[in-house]
Amino acid sequence: MALALALVIALITLATVAVFAARIWWFPAVISAHGPAVDHQIVLTMYVTGAIFVLAQLALAYLIWRHRDRGDGTRARFFQGNNKLEATWTIAAAILFIGLNLMGYRVWAGLHFMGAEPGSTQIEVWGQQFAWYFRYPGPDGRFGPTHVDKVDDATANYLGLDRDKDQDSKDDIVTSTLAIPVNHPVQLILRSKDVTHSFFVRELRFKQDLVPGMIIPVHFTATQTGRYELACAELCGLGHYRMRAFLQVLSDEDYKKWLENMAAAQ
Amino acid sequence: MAEVVHETEHRHEAPRGFIRRYIFSLDHKVIGIQYWFLALFSVFVGLTLSIFIRIHLVWPQAHIPLLDKLSPTGAPHGQITPEYYLALLTLHGTIMVFFVLTTAPQGGFGNFALPIQIGAEDMAFPRLNMLSFWTTFVGLVVIMLTFFVGDGPPISGWTAYPPLSAVGGASGPGQAVGQNLWIISIAIFCVASMLGALNFIATTLDLRARGMSLMRLPLTCWAWFITAILSLLSFAVLLAAGALLLLDRVGGTSFFIPGGLIVSDKIINHTGGSPLLWQHLFWFFGHPEVYIAILPGMGATSHIVSTFARKPIFGYKAMVGAMGAIGFLGFMVWGHHMFISGMSPYSAFAFSVLTMAIAVPSAIKTFNWLGTILGGKLRFPTPMLFALGFVSLFVTGGLSGIFLGQPAIDLFFHDTYFVLAHFHLIMGVAAIFGIFAGTYFWFPKMFGRMLNETLGKIHFWITFVGVYAIFMPMHFLGLVGHPRRYSEMSGFEFLKPLIGLHEFISLGAFITGAVQLVFLFNVFWSIFKGAKAPANPWEATTLEWTVSSPPPHDNFAGKHPVVHHGPYEFGVPGAEKDFIMQDSPEKVTAGN
Repeated sequence: MALALALVIALITLATVAVFAARIWWFPAVISAHGPAVDHQIVLTMYVTGAIFVLAQLALAYLIWRHRDRGDGTRARFFQGNNKLEATWTIAAAILFIGLNLMGYRVWAGLHFMGAEPGSTQIEVWGQQFAWYFRYPGPDGRFGPTHVDKVDDATANYLGLDRDKDQDSKDDIVTSTLAIPVNHPVQLILRSKDVTHSFFVRELRFKQDLVPGMIIPVHFTATQTGRYELACAELCGLGHYRMRAFLQVLSDEDYKKWLENMAAAQ
Repeated sequence: MAEVVHETEHRHEAPRGFIRRYIFSLDHKVIGIQYWFLALFSVFVGLTLSIFIRIHLVWPQAHIPLLDKLSPTGAPHGQITPEYYLALLTLHGTIMVFFVLTTAPQGGFGNFALPIQIGAEDMAFPRLNMLSFWTTFVGLVVIMLTFFVGDGPPISGWTAYPPLSAVGGASGPGQAVGQNLWIISIAIFCVASMLGALNFIATTLDLRARGMSLMRLPLTCWAWFITAILSLLSFAVLLAAGALLLLDRVGGTSFFIPGGLIVSDKIINHTGGSPLLWQHLFWFFGHPEVYIAILPGMGATSHIVSTFARKPIFGYKAMVGAMGAIGFLGFMVWGHHMFISGMSPYSAFAFSVLTMAIAVPSAIKTFNWLGTILGGKLRFPTPMLFALGFVSLFVTGGLSGIFLGQPAIDLFFHDTYFVLAHFHLIMGVAAIFGIFAGTYFWFPKMFGRMLNETLGKIHFWITFVGVYAIFMPMHFLGLVGHPRRYSEMSGFEFLKPLIGLHEFISLGAFITGAVQLVFLFNVFWSIFKGAKAPANPWEATTLEWTVSSPPPHDNFAGKHPVVHHGPYEFGVPGAEKDFIMQDSPEKVTAGN
C-alpha cells in the first residue's frame, strides 16, 4: 500500500511537470507592450511553485514509503516538533511568497497606478448582453452624452446618442469591431449598459471588468498587427459564451483608412 | 487540591419515541448524523449536476433521459440549453459550497465528535442545535424548489453578482422566482450556520472535561472552534448582503443597482446603487468561507495522520497557531477576488500582499504534516489514505493560489479555468477528502459498524487518481485562456482546439463520479451488515474512543471523564503501549 501510494503520487507529480514543461497547452503569442512582463512573472512563479510542488509531493511520497509500518514491532521515533525548524520554514516561506509577489508589482503599477500617456487614442468600450460596441470620438476628440431613453437597436442607435441635439455626438463613430493603431498607446473607457461584463483579449494579457454605473479607464499599447478575439470573462447571462468581438490591431495607415470608412458608414 | 471526582448518579436516557429520538432529536450525535446525511444527499445532487455539466460541455447535443421531465424548457428532449447549463452550474456551486462543504465537516463531524472529544455530555444548547439542523434542512428544501418553480434555477452563478442577480426576469431565465428563492435559501442557511456556530463556541469554551486544557484539545476541536468563529462573523455579513439584494429585487431599493441601466430593451428604474458593494460584502463572507470548508479538513487530517503514523503531531502549537492565523488573515484577503473588478488598484496591491501572507501558515501546516510522518510507523487503512490524499491535494491546490494572488498574473488568469482548477482542488476536492477521511475514521463510532476496507480502498484509489485527472488539465485550459462559465466552445475559434482536453476531463469525471456509488453502497451496506466496531478500532487516543461504538446516549454513561494526557501521545518512550488514551491514569507522559 505504501509503495503504491508513493508511486502514484510520484507519477502524478512527474506527469504534471512533463505536460507543463512540454508546453502542449500554452499562452497565445503576446501582442502588448506590458505582456512579456506578465508572461515573465507567470513563468517565474511557475518555476518557484513547480519546484515546491515537486519537492513537497516527492517528499510526501518518499516519507510514506520510507516510514511505513513494516510489522517489526518497533515503535515510531518519538518527537513532538522542532521550534527552530518551524521558525526557519515560516520565515523562508514568507520571504519567498511575498518577495515573488513584489517582483510582479511593476507590471501592475505600470498599468494601473499611472494614467494613460497624453495623446493616447481614446475609445469607449460598451458591453451589453451579449454584444460589444465601441465608440470613437471623431475629429472633435470628444464623446457626446448618452441617453438611456434614446437607445434603439432597431435604428442602430446602440448607445443612445442624440446626434441632432448634442454637438459632441455628431461625429462620434460607433462600431462593433475594436480597431486600434499598433505601437500607439490606447486608452479604453469601459462602460456597461446592463450587467457586469469583462474585457478579455488573451494576446494582450489584459482583462478588466465593465461595471454598470462606473466609467473605468484603462490603457495599454499593442505591438503586433493582427485580428484577435475579444471575449467576455464575467458571467453576464445566457449568451455569455458567445459574447465575442474582434480586436484589430492595424498599422497607422490602415487604422486611418478604417476610421474613415467607419465614419462614412455612420 | 481536591482529587475527588463526583460521579453523578443522574444518567440521561435516550427518549423512547421514534420522533424524539431520530427526527427532532436533541442528541448531538443524532444531529451530527442528520447533518451528515443531509450533506450526503446534497453531494450526490451536486455531483449529478456536475456530470450534466460535463456531458453538456463535450456533447452539447446529447439527450439526457429524464432531464426533460425535470425541466421541459431548460432541457427540451433532454438536451441542455446554454441557459440551463448556467442554471446547473449555479446550483452545483451553491449546493456544494453551502450544503456539502460547510455542512458535512462542521455540522456533521463537528456535532458528532466535538462534545465527546472534549468530554461533554452534549452541546451547550441542544435545542438550538436541533433548530440549526432543521433550519439548514429548510434552506435545502428551498434551494431544491428552484428546480420546480417558475423558469428554473437562477443563472447568475453561486456568487450572484448584481445587476444580473438584481434586475429580475429581464436579465434571463431563472432570474425572477429562481433568484428570489436562491437568496431566501442562502439567508436561511446563514441563520442556521450562525446558530450552529454559537453553539460550537460555547461548547468548546464551557463544557470541557476536567483536565482538558486548551492545549490538550485535539486539533479537530481547534479546527471546529476556529471555523465556528469564522462562521459567526462571515455568515452575518452574507445574511445582510442577501437581505439587501432581496430588497433591491422586491422592495424597489437600489443598494446594488446603479442608474441608467437598460436590460433587454427595458429601462431599469433604479438609481444610486453599486455592483461592487455586493462583491465586497459577498467576498468578505466568501473568502472566510473557503477556510470554513477547509479548516475542519485540516483538523481531521492532522488527527488522522498522527493516529496512523503512531506519532505525536509535529508542532502541535504551531498547528494551532497556523489555523488561528489562517482564520484571522482569512478576513483580510477578500479583495483578491476583485483585482480586475474596478476596485482601486492600490487596494488590489495591499490585498495581494496579505494573500501571500496567508500562504505562510498554509505552508507551516504542510511541513508539519510531513514532519508528523517522518520517523513514523505508518498504517494505511482507508481514513489514512484519504488524509494523505488531502495533504497531496492541499499542496497542489494551494500552489496555484500563488499565481492567482498576484494581480499582474490575474490579468490573464482571472475567471479562467485556472481558477476553477485552483478552487476545486483546494476547497472542493481537498475538503471532500477531509470529509471522506472523517467518514471512514468516525463511521465505526457513528454507526457501531466498520466500513468495508476493500470497497474503501477501491473508492480511494479511483477517486485520488480521478480528481487529478479532472482538475490538473483545467490548469492547461487556463493557460490557454479559456474563460469559465462558458456553456459551449462554439463561440470562439481559440476554444475549438480544446475540445479534446475537455473530453479527457469529462471522461475522468464520469469514472470518478461512478466510483462514488461504491462509496454509497459501502455506507448503506455497512450500516446494516458491516463488521461490529469495537470501542477503539484504530488504537486512537482521544475521548470518543474510550466509550462504546456507538456511544451511550449521554456519551460517558453518567461518568465524567478526567483528562491526564495530550491528544497525540503516540510512541511515548516508557509507556505500556504505543499510545496513551487521554483519560489514561498512566504516569508516563509526553509532557503536555
